[in-house]
Amino acid sequence: MMEVKRVTKSYGESIVVNNVSLPIEKGKLTACIGPNGAGKSTLLEMVSRLIPQDTGDIYIDGNEVKTWKRGDFAKRLSVLKQTNQMNVRLTVRELVSFGRFPYTKGRLNAHCHEMINESLEYLGLTALQERYIDTLSGGQLQRALIAMVLCQDTDYILLDEPLNNLDMSFGVQMMKTLRRLVDELGKTVITIVHDINFAASYADNIVAMKDGKLFASGTVDEMINKTVLDDLYDMDVKIIESNGTKYCLYYTTN
Amino acid sequence: MKVQKNRLIFFMLTVAIGLFLFLYLTYNTRGNIEFALRLRSQRIIPFFIVGFSSTIATIVFQTMTQNVILTPNIIGLDSLYILSQTVIFFFLGINHLLVTNQQLNFFFSLILMVGSSLGLFWLFFKKYPGKIYLMLMTGLILGTFFSSFTNFLQVMIDPNEFNSLFASTIASFNRVDTSLVTFSLFLTLPILLYLFSQSSKLDVLHLGRAYALGLGINVDVYFLKLFILVSVLTSVSTALVGPVSFLGFIGANIAYRLFNTYRHSVLFIGGGMISVLFILSGQLFVEHVFALQTTLGVIIQFIGGIYFLFILLKERSST
Repeated sequence: MMEVKRVTKSYGESIVVNNVSLPIEKGKLTACIGPNGAGKSTLLEMVSRLIPQDTGDIYIDGNEVKTWKRGDFAKRLSVLKQTNQMNVRLTVRELVSFGRFPYTKGRLNAHCHEMINESLEYLGLTALQERYIDTLSGGQLQRALIAMVLCQDTDYILLDEPLNNLDMSFGVQMMKTLRRLVDELGKTVITIVHDINFAASYADNIVAMKDGKLFASGTVDEMINKTVLDDLYDMDVKIIESNGTKYCLYYTTN
Repeated sequence: MKVQKNRLIFFMLTVAIGLFLFLYLTYNTRGNIEFALRLRSQRIIPFFIVGFSSTIATIVFQTMTQNVILTPNIIGLDSLYILSQTVIFFFLGINHLLVTNQQLNFFFSLILMVGSSLGLFWLFFKKYPGKIYLMLMTGLILGTFFSSFTNFLQVMIDPNEFNSLFASTIASFNRVDTSLVTFSLFLTLPILLYLFSQSSKLDVLHLGRAYALGLGINVDVYFLKLFILVSVLTSVSTALVGPVSFLGFIGANIAYRLFNTYRHSVLFIGGGMISVLFILSGQLFVEHVFALQTTLGVIIQFIGGIYFLFILLKERSST
């Protein structure tokens, strides 16, 4: 179970996340949407304990995140951060194997190698595994980092814009991968997505944030409608339906 | 392939160190060889202490700051050391116990350097956790202040006193007090072994703060611990032989290039060996080619400085 209760974070005068309570369903794919600067990343950082919240509580499996030992917490929840630039000379496989650190502290066993191979396979990186990460394209590095997170084998996976740097085809593959993580492996995935149509097509639930506050939340069906999205983005969004999935058209509105 | 290549490098380093050790111990020994051996072998242990301490401290420091041109001395330990020596000479005079008694001077310098770096780390750990560069900047400014103050005092000092002061502020293995070696070993060896045991955890720090946190490392507390250990290692080296900031820099950077790996376990041993080799060969030159007319510190600063510029230009052109 994951529960976020009245969480607030401010930097100086500006309140970045304001009294947010979130319902997160276990074993579901939750997409977090909202305009730039809505506080999505900050909320995600607090839930994944990269930064402390000012007030409020975040519970993972019954315990407040601050009471978890970091080493144990890393076996429950993994996080992919936005914008990733790495200066260190590592191969893809070496990078992915860091995901096993919480379990083995650097001594890889047979099970680890299995997990590493599976993660590489899942992200289509097997052929690239001996490449150095400084020779990869942005999208390949992004996939390698997600493979590392996957290799961490946690119940909860939090992703900050995993579709960054990915082309259409890998974007679709990424969302399908996340879907499989939920459907096949029973993971709880929370991801920040900017392309609302990806959220509409693949997520179970959608959480919308605006100006540091929770704007609305619900199932995809409830959330993808004109009244919600128009207000959320202050735009005129058109919703069409094709093969039972709703899509938003917003590219040419003014 | 990489493993094999690294094994070969390790083998060559071992052979080279062995060769230079042999040369150092036996070259140009006239008369009683036993006497020469005993005299010279006493100096070997400080070579290893200083070589490994300064290099491993530098590697850890560079991993933490994610920057390969920094050395732990950026927080001003060198300058503080030189300032403390200058202040002693200036105010207490050349005949004071702190000048004449090497042991006392060693412990005084050590406590001063470790104490002030602890103060700096603790302040930033409490007040601004995670702001490493702010801390380094503060150290840098303090270091500059210490240097300026040192200059000010040195201009006014008696020329004779300045001569002996100058000698004590340049790194030299010629004047190591053997009674301090055991204590230094006792202090540095556990730290070096501990850091070596932390190799895998240090490897994770390469990924940056966010991923290290995500992989279960309590980065802020860990950094405080590492900073303290690094400053103890650096302080011991400095108190023992004088400022040797470039030595660790040379060892670390050559190790990065030679071994081409991110693994601290390999870099620690390799880098330490490179520094020891550098000290051994340099000291051989100092003693037999320059006939003690110069000190190893001068050579280290000279070569280290050139290498530093080389790395700086190379880093610049690659970005």
